[in-house]
Amino acid sequence: MKPKAYMNPYLAGFFLGLILLATIYITGRGLGASGAVKSAVVWVVQSVAPEHYADTQFYNEYDETHPDGPLRSWLFFEIIGVLIGAFISGVISNRAALKLEKGPRVTNRVRIVAAIIGGALFGFGSQLGRGCTSGSALSGMAVMSLGGLLTMAAIFGAAYGLAYFVRKLWLK
Amino acid sequence: MGPLVPDIFSNEFNLVIALLIGIGFGFILEQAGFSSTKKLVGLFYGYDFTVLKVFFTAGVTGMIGVLLLAHVDLLDLDAIYVNPTFLWSALLGGCIMGFGFVIGGFCPGTSICAAAVGKIDAMAFVLGSLIGVFSFTEGYSLIEEIYLAENRGAVRFDEFLGISPELFAFLITLIAALAFYVSTRIENRINGMTAGFSRKQAAQYLIIGGIPFLVIAVLTFTPSRQEYIQHQIREARQQETCVFKEISADKLALELVNNNFSINLIDVRDKAKYDAYHIPLAINIPVDSMMDRRWNEYFTHEHSVNVFYADADTTAKKACLLARFLGESENYILRESTEEFRNLFFNIIPPSPDALKNEIKTYNFRTRTAADLLNLEDALRKFSLPVKKEIRKIQGGCS
Repeated sequence: MKPKAYMNPYLAGFFLGLILLATIYITGRGLGASGAVKSAVVWVVQSVAPEHYADTQFYNEYDETHPDGPLRSWLFFEIIGVLIGAFISGVISNRAALKLEKGPRVTNRVRIVAAIIGGALFGFGSQLGRGCTSGSALSGMAVMSLGGLLTMAAIFGAAYGLAYFVRKLWLK
Repeated sequence: MGPLVPDIFSNEFNLVIALLIGIGFGFILEQAGFSSTKKLVGLFYGYDFTVLKVFFTAGVTGMIGVLLLAHVDLLDLDAIYVNPTFLWSALLGGCIMGFGFVIGGFCPGTSICAAAVGKIDAMAFVLGSLIGVFSFTEGYSLIEEIYLAENRGAVRFDEFLGISPELFAFLITLIAALAFYVSTRIENRINGMTAGFSRKQAAQYLIIGGIPFLVIAVLTFTPSRQEYIQHQIREARQQETCVFKEISADKLALELVNNNFSINLIDVRDKAKYDAYHIPLAINIPVDSMMDRRWNEYFTHEHSVNVFYADADTTAKKACLLARFLGESENYILRESTEEFRNLFFNIIPPSPDALKNEIKTYNFRTRTAADLLNLEDALRKFSLPVKKEIRKIQGGCS
């Protein structure tokens, strides 16, 4: 079956804005994604290397601010929801399938390596910048946070700045 | 009044909400096309500006919505989480994220969304982000200094610029509208499409695009609910149209002794004066903080009975008037001032032996009631004090 067309971007943005607004109204905080990745990382370290965990200042500080443990966090539950919601959407629009997307000039291996490097940069940067496109840029914009909007400008500015040099990854 | 967590929804239920909101978030991201890396990076090569359109529309919708909710007093802006500004880490972190975006083709939220529909490259990106976060947590001590440098606190952009939030929202919306127009033209040119807008389409876009500006105009030019209430009070005071239900000191004292649970005696003077002296069993809600939402329960219920008192000025009347606009409660003012009440009950001069029987009866009543009041206050100290309710700042972002 042919995948259905995507939603009108403005309509999708409006709905996304309403979800963000509902989140702020109900919980007083915005959406996020990278925080859940951090929860997962902290949980893995805690489970795999408890001694190292107890010795490291960062994890101790994390424990103090997250007394219920890394996985009982708002963002972790939200991200479980994202997995479910995106899967439902993919199924009803005939888009759920194992697939690798890449630019026309690169091999599968290059694409996978680039995705891992990009992910690592984004993961690292999101911790330094206290949130990613969701938690810092989008949610920050809704509450007019200075830091959030600066981070947003930096993300898109840097991406545009580098786009020309990595064009072979994406363009013909 | 929002936010509903933690006062109305518990923190446990909050996790259920997180799951439900996540489902909506993931569904919309996928429907918008964010599960496709080609659509995402199209932004950086000009062939597909979907990300920009979705992102900016969502941000503007959220921003105007927040202002709107605050305007009608449904959301407490002081209680919501505003991402703090640490200048260097915000900029440096943003740049690293930008590089990651254009190299990896996703951001964390979209990679999780894409992995859910089976994109293998997205799964690789998620793996990469785990590695990236791990290297941050392990290397934290090396970068702690820059992570914590230039802390400006939870400052909003409009405060930084010294303009009103409405004006800032207007500017952002204007930028968004221009960006939509320009990006659509670039998109058409790069994709070799000549077609512009039909007249009907242009009209549609103008109407829909006008809505946010209209809402901002309404926000700017109409008073917020709080301003409206203040205005109503000024009007009422100027015209002296309002009638106050008064209660006498003796009646109040009797009520307090017999039915102290059914009335709230509220001292509306400032805290210093309250601390110096207050009528037994009174709680302190300074008139200026009456609109604070932690006092909501006193003023919104129709079964709540409030008696206001202050010194010999119009403060008690003002408070009573304010209470009338805040909710359904039944409100009285004490006819006597604080000092008069004190003199009547606690500094009372014994009548001369040849005084009228009535005077002696009054004296006996007042001394007995005064003693009862003190005993009651002592016994009920724990009950009569308002529960201290801290309005907690909510933690958010990705920390």
